[in-house]
Amino acid sequence: MFPTPIQKRSRATQVTYQTLLPLALILWLLPLLAVMLFSIRPLSDFTNGNYWGIPSSFDLFANYGRVFFESDMPRYLLNSVFITVPTVIGAVALSCMTGFALGIYRFRGNLLIFFMFIAGNFVPFQILMVPVRDLTVSTGLYDTKTGLVLFHIAFQTGFCTLFMRNFIRALPYELIEAARVEGVAEWRIFWYVVLPLMRPAIAALSVLIFTFIWNDYFWAIVLTQGPEAQPVTAGITSFNSQFVAQYHLMSAGSIVAAIPPVAMFFAMQRHFIAGLTLGAVK
Amino acid sequence: MTPATDTRSWLQKNRMTVTPLLFLLPGLLFFVVYVISPIFQSFNISLYDWDGLGEATYIGLDNYRELVDDRAFETSLWNNLKWLALYLLAIPAGLFIALFLNQTVTGIRLYKSLFFFPFVLSQVVVGLVFSWFYLPRVGLLNAVLTFFGLDSINVLGDPDLATYGIIAAGLWPQTAYCMILYLTGLNAVDPEQIEAGRLDGAKGWKMLWHVVLPQLKPATFIAFVVTIIGALRSFDLISIMTNGGPFGSTRVLSFMMFEQALSEYGFRMGYGSAIAVVLFLIMLVFIGYFLWQMWRDEREARH
Repeated sequence: MFPTPIQKRSRATQVTYQTLLPLALILWLLPLLAVMLFSIRPLSDFTNGNYWGIPSSFDLFANYGRVFFESDMPRYLLNSVFITVPTVIGAVALSCMTGFALGIYRFRGNLLIFFMFIAGNFVPFQILMVPVRDLTVSTGLYDTKTGLVLFHIAFQTGFCTLFMRNFIRALPYELIEAARVEGVAEWRIFWYVVLPLMRPAIAALSVLIFTFIWNDYFWAIVLTQGPEAQPVTAGITSFNSQFVAQYHLMSAGSIVAAIPPVAMFFAMQRHFIAGLTLGAVK
Repeated sequence: MTPATDTRSWLQKNRMTVTPLLFLLPGLLFFVVYVISPIFQSFNISLYDWDGLGEATYIGLDNYRELVDDRAFETSLWNNLKWLALYLLAIPAGLFIALFLNQTVTGIRLYKSLFFFPFVLSQVVVGLVFSWFYLPRVGLLNAVLTFFGLDSINVLGDPDLATYGIIAAGLWPQTAYCMILYLTGLNAVDPEQIEAGRLDGAKGWKMLWHVVLPQLKPATFIAFVVTIIGALRSFDLISIMTNGGPFGSTRVLSFMMFEQALSEYGFRMGYGSAIAVVLFLIMLVFIGYFLWQMWRDEREARH
C-alpha cells in the first residue's frame, strides 16, 4: 500500500494525521458550510451585519418553508424529475442495445461507429446549439420537457454506449457461444443472457446520468424558458431574482436544488463511483 | 417477390449482420439527428448572416474575418488558454488529496465521500456558493482576510482577478473528480512492486514517481481527458458568477458564442456558429489525441 499505512508510523504522526483529517475536511467544505450557515439565519442577522457570528435565531424551518411554499421551487424540482427520469430510462435502454451490438458482434464499421459515439460525446455543446434549438423549435417542442428529454437521451447515448460496450466486452463470451450452440435466437440472448448480467452497469449508469442531467444548465436555458418546463438549475436564477439580496432564502434555495443528486450519490455511492472510475484501473 | 421461406433463410443466413444493425438503429438514429448532423449544420450556418428567423444570406468567410478583429474574441481565446492551463492543476491536487486519504483509519470512507461530493453538486450551485464566498465586505473570504488584518478584495468585480476566481471555483469539483480516480487507481496498485521498491530503498517522492505513478497511468489518462474537456466546456460557472463581466473580462469562447447567438447581444446565429466552429476545432485536436490513444488500447486488447 502507498503511502505507508499510518498504523506503521510513530504515535506522533498518527495523532497529527487524525487531527489534520477533520481540519482538512472543514477547510475543503468551507464555502459550502458558509452557505449552510446562511440558510438557517433570520433576515435580521443580515440587516444587522451579523454575517459570521452566532445566528440570533435558528430559522431552518422558516427559511426552507418559504422556499417550498412561497416560490416556484417545487414546480422546478418537479420539472427536473420529469426531465431526468425519462432521460435516464431512454439513454440506458438505447445504450443497452447499442452496447450489445458493438460489444458482441463483429461486422464492418463496428469500431468506426463505436468511435463516432465516443467522439460525439466530447464535442463542445455550442457546436450543436443552433441546429438543435432550430430542430426543437420547428418540431414545436421548444420550451417543453419533451424537447429537452429527447436531446438529452440522444447526447447521453454517446457516453452510455462507451460504457455499456466496454462492460459487455468484459463479460465471458463463452456464455453467448454456448447459447448460440443451443440454438437460442439472438434477441433472446440479449434479453435472457446478456441483460441480466448488465445489472451492475445499468445501476451505475442510471445514477451517473441522473446526476449529469439533473445538473445540466446549458441545455435548460437554450431549450426552455419558463416555469412550465424549466428544471431547477435554470429556475434557481429566477428564484434568486425573486429574493434578491435575501441571502438566507437564496442559500436555502440552492441547497434544496442540490439535494436530490447529493442524496442519490450517498444512497448509491458504490455504483456511482464504480461508474465514474470505469477504466481508471486496467 | 421472393417466397417467404427464402426471406427467412436470408434472415437466418445474415442474422449476424442484421441483428447488430437492428440493435444499433434506434440509438444511432437519435445520435445522428441530435449530435452528428448538427456539427455539419453548424459549419454550414457559420457561412451565413442569419438572425435565426428570417432569410439567411450567404457571406462566405466574412464571419471568420470579423472574428480576427473582434477584441471580445481575443479575450475569450486567452481566457480559454488560462482555463486549460490552470484547470490541469486539478490533477496533481487530486492526486495529493488521494494520497492523503489513502489510509485505513476509522471513518475514512465517510471522509472520502465528503471530500468527493462537491463533484455531485451542479455547477450552478457551485457558482452561487463561490460568488457568495467571494462577496465584497461580507463574503467569508473577505471575513477571513480582514480577520488576519489583510485588505479585502473584490474577486469577481476586478477584471484582472475575476477569471482566476471562477477557475478556482471550477477546480473545487474537478479536483474531487481527479481524487476519486486516483483513489480507485491506488487501490489497485500492486503491493509486491511497492515492497520491491522499498527493498531497493525507494521512499517518498522516488517511490511515487518511479513505482506508483506508472501504475496509475490509466487513471491519469482519464483525469486528463475529463479535465481538458471540462476546461473547454466551462460555461455554467461564468454565466452564474459574472455573466461574462466585469467589462467582458471573463468571457470564454463557449460563453461568447452563447451571447452572440442567443442572449441580449442578439441573434447572430452565423457569427455564433463561427465561434462554435473555432472552439470545436480546438477541441478536435484533443479529441483526436484521445481517440488515437483509445484506438491503440483497443488494438492491443485484440491481440
